[in-house]
Amino acid sequence: MDFLNGLIALANYVLIPATSYGAQLALGALGVTLVYGILRFSNFAHGDTMAFGTMITILFTWLFQSWGISLGPLPTALLALPLGIIGTALFVLGTDRVVYRFYRRAKAAPVILVIVSMGVMFVMNGLTRFIIGTGEQNFADGSRFLITAGKFKMATGMEEGLAVRTTQVITVVTAVIVVALLFWFLNKTRTGKSMRAFSDNEDLALLSGINPERVVMVTWIIVAGLATIAGVLYGLDKSFKPFTYFQLLLPIFASAVVGGLGNPLGAIGGGFIVAYSEVAVTYAWKKVLGYWLPSALVPDGLAQLMGTDYKYAVSFVILIIVLLFKPTGLFKGKSV
Amino acid sequence: MPFLIGEAMTGGYGAADILHDCTIAVDKGQIAVIVGPNGAGKSTAMKAVFGMLNLRKGRVVLDGTDITGLSPQDRVAQGMAFVPQTSNIFTSMTVEENLEMGAFLRRDDIRATIEQIYTLFPILKEKRRQAAGELSGGQRQQVAVGRALMTQPKLLMLDEPTAGVSPIVMDELFDRIIEVARTGISILMVEQNARQALEIADKGYVLVQGANRYTDTGEALLADPEVRRTFLGG
Repeated sequence: MDFLNGLIALANYVLIPATSYGAQLALGALGVTLVYGILRFSNFAHGDTMAFGTMITILFTWLFQSWGISLGPLPTALLALPLGIIGTALFVLGTDRVVYRFYRRAKAAPVILVIVSMGVMFVMNGLTRFIIGTGEQNFADGSRFLITAGKFKMATGMEEGLAVRTTQVITVVTAVIVVALLFWFLNKTRTGKSMRAFSDNEDLALLSGINPERVVMVTWIIVAGLATIAGVLYGLDKSFKPFTYFQLLLPIFASAVVGGLGNPLGAIGGGFIVAYSEVAVTYAWKKVLGYWLPSALVPDGLAQLMGTDYKYAVSFVILIIVLLFKPTGLFKGKSV
Repeated sequence: MPFLIGEAMTGGYGAADILHDCTIAVDKGQIAVIVGPNGAGKSTAMKAVFGMLNLRKGRVVLDGTDITGLSPQDRVAQGMAFVPQTSNIFTSMTVEENLEMGAFLRRDDIRATIEQIYTLFPILKEKRRQAAGELSGGQRQQVAVGRALMTQPKLLMLDEPTAGVSPIVMDELFDRIIEVARTGISILMVEQNARQALEIADKGYVLVQGANRYTDTGEALLADPEVRRTFLGG
């Protein structure tokens, strides 16, 4: 019984939150990895692309709410999501036309494109704050819990409660659908295969008559979609604040690199590795250990390895370890 | 008028010219081979024919049309196919996907062409679902040639197709190349293995320092004591 209670506590405080966080990181890292594989640079503006997409989605959510439209138990933001994706895609394509295309034509070195993307990052950053403000926005509506801790205890008679939030389930379900669609697209469609070919061997792709501008355009649209979905899911699960999204860039990059840059499967794996480690290291294990260890061995302290303020350090430690021992990432990507 | 002719080509990558008044031609369904010592400009001549090099003088004519001003991509659409010496396959994609990408410009049904390639290179059918990067050197070259053939070209250009493969695999590749030529496709090829290449060549070009030194049938070049002594090692 104690063992089960410990397991429930573990699921409630570590497994479930980390799974939904991991799904959000995975979607973010997929965007980073696609830009790296096809456009061949590390896109520092990705966190702010997520913020920008989420902002547009929030604006449409508010509009729908003011019209009295809702999805019942599901958050209205899901209805606004397609509009958010379209808006972000247009903005990102505009950025490519105005900024990146110039450097692509000049055959600029990847490191220059990285710096350029930092410039784009600051512009998007400012734009988002200018439009929606720097403060925190809560835009999740609909029913909050799928299973509440109280109901779970009543139903099972366990001491520990297990709460599953609606947004956590939505996150995981959406992520599974999006990833399945993405892999189907990349592996089965003509355009998807041409993107992989372009990423694999640009010169030979050109020789085969693949149009690079079209590959770049489709990539940006997919990246805008992934970034907006990741951003909205994160915002629903926690809350939206431009600065938090800027910071999210760090674990997202760590995920993409840990998995192997340029490898979509690696981005997903990396996302979950980073998420589970971050949550596990910053969780106070006292409660779970209390159930699992004989009372004499239960620690007096919280058994928390690190304060949550240090959670980003965790991603970087993993990043450094992986780069030291396996520079191409765990899933065989390109070396950085 | 030959099917393809790169006539009096002069040019290079930068300020200095690598090719000097160099002429290369292939007739329909024939095999032309460019040989010569290292740094003779063999690959450069090939690239010039394919439009990867700006010519200062001279012209390239394919099937009676002057294509000197066309980009390599446009030349592919005109019926030329090029197999580079290195990085000539999509390593992370399967053999079949490599072939599909070769036919990217085509909008019609490519099944029949894929089957033709599998008939020509039976091993590729066996390995169709395998990543091309996992294949052996000789098999990778077959994928590379197969990818180029997917556009149903009239002229196939090969840059050192047998570089780094064993003598047995080399013989087999040459056999396949003869088979391709028999279907009416003209072949222009740069080769390091000069003697074996000239044996299958209808026409041979010996380049030295970017200029034509000897031009004759493969047989005549092999028989020429001067060519044998200076380029084929006796």
